[in-house]
This record gives sequence, structure tokens and C-alpha cells, in this order.
Amino acid sequence: MNTDTTNTTTGTGAVKRGLAEMLKGGVIMDVVTAEQARIAEDAGAVAVMALERVPADIRAQGGVARMSDPDLIDAITAEVSIPVMAKARIGHFVEAQVLQQLGVDYVDESEVLSPADYVHHIDKHRFTVPFVCGATNLGEALRRITEGAAMIRSKGEAGTGDVSEATRHIRTITAEIRALSSRSEDELYVAAKELQAPYALVKEVAETGALPVVMFTAGGVATPADAAMMMQLGADGVFVGSGIFHSGDPVARAAAIVKATAFHDDPAVVAEASRGLGEAMVGINVSDVPAPHRLSERGW
Amino acid sequence: MSPIRPRIGVLALQGDVREHLRVLEDLGAEAVRVRRPTELEGVRGLVLPGGESSVIDRLTRTFGLREPLRAAIAAGMPVYGTCAGMILLADRLEGAVAGQLTLGGLDVTVRRNAFGRQNESFETELAVPELGTVPVAATFIRAPEVTAAGPAVSVLAELPGGRIVAVEQGPLLATAFHPEVSGENRFHRRLLERVLSS
Repeated sequence: MNTDTTNTTTGTGAVKRGLAEMLKGGVIMDVVTAEQARIAEDAGAVAVMALERVPADIRAQGGVARMSDPDLIDAITAEVSIPVMAKARIGHFVEAQVLQQLGVDYVDESEVLSPADYVHHIDKHRFTVPFVCGATNLGEALRRITEGAAMIRSKGEAGTGDVSEATRHIRTITAEIRALSSRSEDELYVAAKELQAPYALVKEVAETGALPVVMFTAGGVATPADAAMMMQLGADGVFVGSGIFHSGDPVARAAAIVKATAFHDDPAVVAEASRGLGEAMVGINVSDVPAPHRLSERGW
Repeated sequence: MSPIRPRIGVLALQGDVREHLRVLEDLGAEAVRVRRPTELEGVRGLVLPGGESSVIDRLTRTFGLREPLRAAIAAGMPVYGTCAGMILLADRLEGAVAGQLTLGGLDVTVRRNAFGRQNESFETELAVPELGTVPVAATFIRAPEVTAAGPAVSVLAELPGGRIVAVEQGPLLATAFHPEVSGENRFHRRLLERVLSS
């Protein structure tokens, strides 16, 4: 936090979490060029994720995946007026420092890139820029929030176009929250131990029945119906990675997913949005991905 | 409809809808989400929430809400806009996305992202004399500002240095910041007072 002489403070929890609140009900789209960022903004994205390769290509090409070139991030930032997010490797606090320096609006400490530290995640309290982190279950989400994450994204399995892992992760997190709310107060100490998360945070979630930060879902969303399903399962919004620009008609698909997300509970709108979108990304079934290549297992 | 429990709509296409619904319910209003023209029926006041103004504009047009909302504003419905909502109420917009429209109604020019990017987003204590002596806890998130205001517009709050961040014109109220995320309810109370006296 930084307080200046006019009594204004930047980088507070309210400011970091607040931006995520403003993104709710929206779609955050992966883009790899300024031109794609323009398409995303015009289609109604609430933010873009600037990266060099979408997860499907990272998966196909292999190798170590790192933070994007600052020139690429600058080009995308210059192109659009909506928030720009960018990914740092898990634990790579210097990549995060660089992204903050570049003025990105959110840093995604992401399992889609190759981890830089297999023990520690980034201490996100040290930054003015807010962070979003992936989680596959409630304990993982609460550990990330303890480290300073201002937004959570259920992980799914990025770059597959197979929504089953996204479903599993958001169902797991919401079910664990419901289970926590049903526990008596004296059972929360053991719950905190089981979740490997601080007691105060566990108690807060048990009392409110919700995470203290916004939760989007990610990883395998490829169609308007996928996005609407994630929203009905309790997501505050969706990230769409490879699903848009690896499809036959990105312009139409991007706009359709935005509509289906806003009207996720209205099958008439989702049906209309699903028409005539051309080919969805081909995708691969998560069950065909060998366990060592599953990105969602990165992070702990 | 009971006059002491007025129905207030929150435009619910995208943004921090939940926070506004909560503040309005806490103040005793019947708070409802508005995503379709039919959901405006019986609504006596409206909140335009924070969010991404370009997205909300696009969705109001896609789903046929733009003209009903403009008609409601023209008919004198009390409306309160925060951040993106302030942008939507402005007659003139600087820094718009290509093709972005506003609903209009407030005779002001508003500049999007006037304070910079997220790193520059901030909290501050803001004097708003119209709301009493206790300052407002104001959260500015990639916030807009009013760069010009017509003669019928009252300025409710300025930052040190004179940047205009809260305005009122008849039944229309707008803030560049988000009282709804910091537990501040006096702007919503003012909206309700307008509704109950209309």
C-alpha cells in the first residue's frame, strides 16, 4: 500500500478485490496479438489476457512457457481500453514485478506457464497490482487468498476444449463451501487443518457461505453453453482461452459467449447464441492427456 | 406496492450488481435485477452499477434495453450511476471504445479511465457536504471523472485539486467511485429519497 500527501491509498485490498467485482458477469478472453485484443474488446470482453501462445499451442508445442515479451503486452495495452491481464509463472516474483512495471491491470500467477518455484507461490501482498490465481479445491483457493490473491479462477484443464475438469473444480469448490457452512463452530478448527488454510479465513467462509473474493472459472470453455453452465454452477464470470481464437469464427463466437454468460439462466438466449458459430475448437479429451501433462496439477 | 418499500432496479447485464442489491435491500427497498425491458415494470428508481461500460452499453443494445432505459430517464425516473454507471448517464464521453454509446441524461462530459490503470486505483476519504459532515469512504477503480458540467449540474464532490467525481442533476445522481464496496449507503439513501418524493 502507498499513501500520498492527499490521503489517497493505492494497492489496498478493497482496490485489488474491487476490480474483480467490476468484472463479474463478464468474459475474459486470451489474446496473442493486438488485432485479437481489438476483436475481443469489440465483442464485449470485460478484459483480455495478453499472452504469446494460447494454452492449446503451449500444450501442442511443449517446452518451457514463460511470461510474454513486454513488447507484446505493450502493443495489446495500447490497443484496448478494457483491463489487460498477463501471466507470470507460479512463484516467479520477478516476472510479476515486470508485469506490474508494465502497468498490466491484473497478474495471473498461472499453472498454464511452467512453474518457476515448486515450493513457494508469489507473496502477492508485496504488490500494488492485484493477482488472480488458479485453484482446484477450496483449500488451494484459501491458500492463494492468504498469499494475497484478490481473485480466484477455478483451473479446469487449459487448452483442451474439454470442460469436464472446469466442471469438476467449480463443483468441488462450491460443494466444499457448502459443507463448511454446515459445520458447527467447534468443528472449524479441524476443518482449517484439513483444508490447510488459516482458521480465520475458514471461519469467514463458513459464516458467509462464499469466498471473500470473486471466483471465475477457466480451462476448457469452448461454447456459449459451456460458459452458461459454469455460471449456473456458481462462477462469477468466465475465462475463455483457446476456445475463441482456435475456433472457425472467433468474432461470432466471442460475442456469443458474452451473451450466453450474461443470460446464463435463460435457455432461449443461450440457444440463440449457439446458432451458426462454425467449428468449435477441435479439442482433446482430458482423459487422453497423460497425467504429467495436466496443467491443473501444477500449484498446491 | 407499498410507498415505504419502493421497487428499485439494478441494471444487471454485467458488473457489481450484487453489491448494489445488498445496499438497497439493507435500506429497505425491494431491489430487483433488470436485464429485460419487462423487468422495468413497477420499477421506481434505478441503479446503473460499476462494470465495464463498453460491455454494458453493447448488451443494452443487443437485448433491447437501450430505448426503454432512455425513455425511463427522459420520463424523470431517479437513477444513480457508479463508475461505469456514471459513464452511461453522461451526455458526452471521452476515451470511448469505437462505437460506444451512452444513455445520456446528465449534462456532463465524462472521461473513461481518467486516473490511469489499476496500479493507480485508490481509496480516499472524500468530503461530500450534501451528505453531512462525515466524509465518504470512496473507492476509485480505473475510475472516470467529470471533465465538464453544464449549468444545471450540481457538483457534489471534488478531489483535492478540483477533479469532479460526484454530480447531481434533478433525479440523476452519479459518482466516479464505488460507495457500494465500502459499506457507504448515503448515496443510495439519497436515491430512495428521490423515489419516495417523486
